Amino acid sequence: MAQCVKKINCIVCPLSCVGEVILKDGKIKEITGFTCDRGNKYGEEEMTLPKRTLTTTVKVDGGELPLLPVVSKTTLPKDKVMACARYLSSVRVKAPIAVGDVVCSNILGLGVDIIATRDLGVSSAN
Amino acid sequence: MSELNYDIAIIGGGPAGLAAAHSAYQAGAKRVLIIERDRELGGILQQCIHNGFGLHKFQEELTGPGYASRYIKLVKQDVEVEIMLDTMVLEVADDKTIWAVNPQKGFMKITPKAVIFTMGCRERTRGAIRIPGFRPAGVFTAGAAQRMVNMEGYLPGKKIVILGSGDIGLIMARRMSLEGAKVQGVLEIMPYSNGLTRNIVQCLEDYDIPLHLSHTITKIHGTERVTGVTCAKVDDKMQPVPGTEFDIECDCLLLSVGLIPENELSQAAGVTLDNITGGPVVDQQRQTSLPGFFAAGNVVHVHDLVDFVSEEGEIAGKYAAQYAAGTLAAPVRTIAVTAGAGIRTVVPQQIVVPDNPTEPVRLFMRVAKPDKKVTISVTSNDQTLVERRFPVAKPSEMIVVEVPAAKLLNSGEQIAVSLQSKQGGEA
Repeated sequence: MAQCVKKINCIVCPLSCVGEVILKDGKIKEITGFTCDRGNKYGEEEMTLPKRTLTTTVKVDGGELPLLPVVSKTTLPKDKVMACARYLSSVRVKAPIAVGDVVCSNILGLGVDIIATRDLGVSSAN
Repeated sequence: MSELNYDIAIIGGGPAGLAAAHSAYQAGAKRVLIIERDRELGGILQQCIHNGFGLHKFQEELTGPGYASRYIKLVKQDVEVEIMLDTMVLEVADDKTIWAVNPQKGFMKITPKAVIFTMGCRERTRGAIRIPGFRPAGVFTAGAAQRMVNMEGYLPGKKIVILGSGDIGLIMARRMSLEGAKVQGVLEIMPYSNGLTRNIVQCLEDYDIPLHLSHTITKIHGTERVTGVTCAKVDDKMQPVPGTEFDIECDCLLLSVGLIPENELSQAAGVTLDNITGGPVVDQQRQTSLPGFFAAGNVVHVHDLVDFVSEEGEIAGKYAAQYAAGTLAAPVRTIAVTAGAGIRTVVPQQIVVPDNPTEPVRLFMRVAKPDKKVTISVTSNDQTLVERRFPVAKPSEMIVVEVPAAKLLNSGEQIAVSLQSKQGGEA
């Protein structure tokens, strides 16, 4: 099988090295261009299983604000981020909410909880 | 009319104001007041729901609201700190009298011993960059759209074009994509992005959003609602190149074209402003040109990291507490700090040297253009006080250089900060 070279812009530190990951037969053959081990590790992960943190909002019933900001407690596989965001757009929670409360546990069976990132009180209009 | 007395009045309850209040309380200030115009504390952090905050300050990655909660909790435990929400400051007089108004107390006269300005900044608008065309609905600043999407529950459009590749623009490109909108592209007039690399990767590349460098918008189409924009490549002088125009269809245009420190109150009080930062001229204690008036955060100069905003708030709070208590040491002399070759801004612009300096001074600066392998030197009278090398330097990332206290003794009346580029000699 042909060899494939993928350029990767490292985001670990402000140096922003551009490295190359060389794939042969779908396996990593060589990683070059990064200037530290953290960069090499990032390059490898970006090729094998890239991960991202998801931040979005969910709807709140009876809250002082209509939306609650949430975050994935750990990183999610990059290709599942959009599906998780779609799923969370249908989730509703009820005020009051405290920072750290679990809004959705084990999202889409990925083993990651989605948690609230702020306190949200009850609306004074209720 | 209510008449109220305080040791310290802090105008603005965002990250700078919160840090200033906590630090003033810890430094022994007895009656500290935070005046906030919004319905809650936290400032702009409350709408910045993405992560990446607090890596320096808390050694962990927090979201904007998460970072704000940490400080709000601290301040609420500080028994001498009073919080006044939904309160608008109308005027600050040069004798420190503050005129403010809110629905509960009505019109108030507040007389503090020291004032700290922490009003933050606001966004440049379409008017500031003069794009020709009609004035249809659907043109927003990126921050206004961020508040609508993240706090109020409205989507400002479904087909989006973003002008400006600063961090807010990039963050909004991802945010709109996650909410189901299609981001057609981001245009940047400079040949490089003004955003952090991690945002280019995680907000644009992850979502296949094209970034057009050296491009701008030459016309906005649509009369009732935006229907599209005409874009063009720009030359070295940032002028559109004829013949390079192309159209992008959209129903929403977001502008991320810079931030301006919000200094109406400070300016009216008589505080001297720096023409380049747009904020007050301050010394390392964050005291402005008017004694007893301090300033911190984005009102002084626009930051990229909230951690540095908090640090600045802490400095202002500590010295404002000393001023209010009458224990702030009188300086024996003042050193002017200037931005030399390759450096665009330096804060503080002044250093006040006490009789026996014991504290180092941290200089916060921005370089004029992106470069690699640079040396930044702090010099006075042809003598180098500090020299530091950086593998990379970008205008979008603030650089901090510390000058040890002992070095201040050797310094003359002026200190200059300059950049030497390895690639092209003096920048």
